Amino acid sequence: MHSSLWLTVLLVVPVVGAAVAAVSRTRAYAVAVVTATIELILSLIVLVLYNAHIAGAHTLDFAGRWVLAAPLGLAYDVAVDGISVFMVVLTALVVWLALLGARERRREPAFVAWLLLLTAFTMGSFVAHDLFEFFIFFELTLVPSYFIIAQWGGRERSRAALKFFVYTFTGSAFLFVGTLYLGFAHQHQTGGALTFAYSALASTAMSHGTAVWLFVAFAIAFAVKSPIWPLHTWSPITYAEAPTAGSIEFSALLAKLGSYGLLRFAVGLFPLALPDMRPVVLTLAVIGIVYGSALACVTPDLKRLVAYSSVAQMGFITLGVMTGSKIAMVGAVLLMFNHGVITAGFFLIIGFLERRRGTATIRDLTGLQGPAPVLAALFTVVMLASIGLPGLSGFVSEYLILIGTFATHTWWAVVATLGVVLAALYLLWAYQRVFHGRAAEENATIADASGAERWVLVPVVILIVVLGVFPKPMLDRITPSVQQLIEHVAPAGVSK
Amino acid sequence: MAHLATLTLLLPLLGFLLILVNGSRMSERAVGVVATSAVGLSFVFAVTSFVLLLHDSSREVTVHLFTWIDVGTLQIPAALLVDPLSITMTLFVTGISALIHLYSIGYMHGERDVRKFFLYLNLFVFSMLTLVLANTLVLTFVGWEGVGVCSYWLISYYFDRDSAASAGKKAFIYNRVGDAGMLLAMFLLFSHLHTLTYLTIFHRAGTLSPTIATLAVLALLLGATGKSAQIPLFNWLPDAMEGPTPVSALIHAATMVTAGVYLLVRMSPVLALSSSGRLTIAVIGGATAFVAATIATAQKDIKKVLAFSTVSQIGYMVLAVGSGAYAAAIFLMVAHAFYKALLFLGSGSVIHSLHGEQDMRRMGGLAKYLPWTYPTFLVAWLAIAGIPPFAGFWAKGDVLTNVYAYSKGLWIVGVLTAILTAYYMSRLFVLTFRGTERFREVTHGADPHESPWVMTVPLVVLAVLATLGGGLALPWIHGDSLAHFLAPTFGYVAPLAAASTAAQWALALVDVAAALLGLLVAFTIWRSIHESTRYERPFLEHVWHWDDAYDAVIGRPLTRAAQIANDVVEPRLIDGAVAGVAVAVRRSAEGVRKVQSGFVRHYALAMVLGLGVVVVYLVARVG
Repeated sequence: MHSSLWLTVLLVVPVVGAAVAAVSRTRAYAVAVVTATIELILSLIVLVLYNAHIAGAHTLDFAGRWVLAAPLGLAYDVAVDGISVFMVVLTALVVWLALLGARERRREPAFVAWLLLLTAFTMGSFVAHDLFEFFIFFELTLVPSYFIIAQWGGRERSRAALKFFVYTFTGSAFLFVGTLYLGFAHQHQTGGALTFAYSALASTAMSHGTAVWLFVAFAIAFAVKSPIWPLHTWSPITYAEAPTAGSIEFSALLAKLGSYGLLRFAVGLFPLALPDMRPVVLTLAVIGIVYGSALACVTPDLKRLVAYSSVAQMGFITLGVMTGSKIAMVGAVLLMFNHGVITAGFFLIIGFLERRRGTATIRDLTGLQGPAPVLAALFTVVMLASIGLPGLSGFVSEYLILIGTFATHTWWAVVATLGVVLAALYLLWAYQRVFHGRAAEENATIADASGAERWVLVPVVILIVVLGVFPKPMLDRITPSVQQLIEHVAPAGVSK
Repeated sequence: MAHLATLTLLLPLLGFLLILVNGSRMSERAVGVVATSAVGLSFVFAVTSFVLLLHDSSREVTVHLFTWIDVGTLQIPAALLVDPLSITMTLFVTGISALIHLYSIGYMHGERDVRKFFLYLNLFVFSMLTLVLANTLVLTFVGWEGVGVCSYWLISYYFDRDSAASAGKKAFIYNRVGDAGMLLAMFLLFSHLHTLTYLTIFHRAGTLSPTIATLAVLALLLGATGKSAQIPLFNWLPDAMEGPTPVSALIHAATMVTAGVYLLVRMSPVLALSSSGRLTIAVIGGATAFVAATIATAQKDIKKVLAFSTVSQIGYMVLAVGSGAYAAAIFLMVAHAFYKALLFLGSGSVIHSLHGEQDMRRMGGLAKYLPWTYPTFLVAWLAIAGIPPFAGFWAKGDVLTNVYAYSKGLWIVGVLTAILTAYYMSRLFVLTFRGTERFREVTHGADPHESPWVMTVPLVVLAVLATLGGGLALPWIHGDSLAHFLAPTFGYVAPLAAASTAAQWALALVDVAAALLGLLVAFTIWRSIHESTRYERPFLEHVWHWDDAYDAVIGRPLTRAAQIANDVVEPRLIDGAVAGVAVAVRRSAEGVRKVQSGFVRHYALAMVLGLGVVVVYLVARVG
């Protein structure tokens, strides 16, 4: 068992970095990059140190708990298991990519400070092992997100920011009520002190009806965040209007807060609700896959296309989270990570195009493969990973989800397999319109990827290829923790 | 042995990586040589592995490389299976690939992005070898999609041409539909057999219920129809002719498009469990063979004729698989690879000599200008038409004899197709090489010239193979034939033994008569004319309006549905509903309107306060 200090440092570093960046006028960007690099290295150390074999089947490492205010049940409680450790790495990686790759706002201290704070809060949500603590971090991520959109977004930024805020805030209201209810119910049962510790709450006895209602409250908050159909309509406008770094953070990271929350808290705490709620959520997930893909086919803007594609991809993740099949759940966790890397790649490249052409509208871009072959090749790799080409990272995760789901929920898996065809359809079509054909006028003279732009995509491409060919180290860490989660909820009949 | 097989697989990958990393610093010629020698060496290792396998008593070697996926019961190693079937495939894939790589050095000379061309080509060979050497369905799928994406790149090689870009996309999408079938087959087999390793699947296949077996066979068939361009997913292949001609020869004639047939043959122990599944396969194959052959009679583009001919010939292979004649299917696959690659390379040589012209109306009389292309093409033509003693006669005869034993009706379809085959190939031959010279406008009056040696050497080698290829499985040799070699890998042997020698002779005579009839008719009609609305029916020229039908039934309605979703459902229905809820909430809070100032933070504060009330209520209830 390693010290929880590691995780505390992971939380403190970006906050300190944000404070320093905010007060240093000209060096803010440099400070931010240094902070993000330190954070990334720290997260990798945590990953390397992480040990899944602590005390039998217990897979939590780096755990530590301090009660802050006993009467209120407030506590600082952190730990990572094989699921959250990869979310921690993803968080550090994505902010690093966003800072290095999306440099159009590099000089503004406030911008990088918000970005670093967002990292700290996201990190907090992933390492929190206390429900109320999780809720606070989860809620806090809204603040930097709101300002990043509202101040640095595109033309419709205020509308986008408001929509984003109203949706996610309303969603978390349900989570808030659910959290408090669960805490009080637990206190009432035990007659002890008020606590929101995950392991304590997990053993709360409740009626079937209560479980269903609490599950619904939690699921709504996470469904908005993911987003799961039909609560997704804030995401296309938000992803399209946010600055590139913001789009990357929202799609690659904050979306995972939704699916992670669904897995850890909604599924983990309310197994009794699963038999009833599973078909509902699975159906929504599958609708999301087909619906998101369909809209990705016809949407006129590349950023919106990635947003709708994310609706479909999050549908796959939700499918894996909810089926109760171990294979599918492992696939879902893997896809959370892979999708984060892949969408980060997408938004980085779209950001490069936007910087050159001032637009991400598909109709205004044509024949870019001629003047910019390297950019086209990089986009191709990311695109093929997203399509799920075997040998690249997207395939392994999607395959695990589908094959696992097929065993427990055949028809949902069959429809979802359609999504595999649709992903090829909308992405290849977009690729044809943007990169194929003959470039004219402004498109004919765009510069190919610069050295810096190539380098920032190198880690993305490496992760896509390596995790496609050799995902075993990741699977070996995720599987025991998923197994533990399943065993915990199994008595209520999770797996068939 | 294990190392040799691994090297066979890895050499093309090595070539790919070398060109990827270092290609920009090498001359185009050097890139071509590196790519060609990688595949050539791979062929040498394949031959050595083959010889060693002959002396291996079990004739079944598994090579474990590393563990790829390992979650619970799902264990997928990256491992190879070297057995008679996979080594046969490996031999002809590497051999023909090496020849076509060599040919490409000449053909692609002076084209843009030659390095990228060889990059894709080497990656293709690696993917194809992964497909055939894999020891699990999943690893086969890796190669399966790998060849698909290489095919996509190479079809849309001239990406600034809209038709090429669209053709590449179309190929990928059609293949993806098939791939979904293959995915479902894997899911189905895994959920019932808990393994995806071939040998274990075959071992446990007996426990499958007939319904599951049939479903699995149909799903596999869907996969095969995509990759092997069979009804209902065949019409991507003619569009794929947008790619450079060596690509058409290698990927869209000799190797990749036969992968579907390979998959079905590989899964023969599962096919054996479902007679209705096999009947469906046979019918699909027979129907495709016939339909594609009719379309080929009316095409004006030389490569389009060959493309539909490929579809039709693969139809024969699929028909053979359905009839249970797996060895015949593989025999035809190998023979077809020889003569169809030859036909494509020959047509490439013709197109090369005519500065890119592909319309047969502007060809004719080329025989005397192309001293190497002409005789080799002649061999290929006789081979595909089914004239003895060329390879096509034996291979197609083997298929038809087996089909006769399986179903008389399908046999009649097969013979009709044979007549059509001889007819359209003779038409192509006459229009291209014989008759009047109609190409002067294209060449600006000059004489066409023969291609350089790197292009003619592969032609000669393939011509020899197309002539002698029948020797692989002569009907009167039983001990050392291809069929005998392959037999241990099949789960089901066709009832061929029932056909007497006399019957076999009679059937062979029918085949020859069919070929001669097609030849005769074609020469009579096309000797003096080069276009005719009477013999080139618009319905056939337009591919039975297959594309239009798909567009009307699937394409347009779906686009419309997506458009409605975008214009109405998304902004009005979904967003509208959420907004409606918000309005309702606001109305119910009319009384506290003063508090609403429109600022987000005030909303937030109000909400938190409101929630506080709710919580107090809940606590009171719980307590």
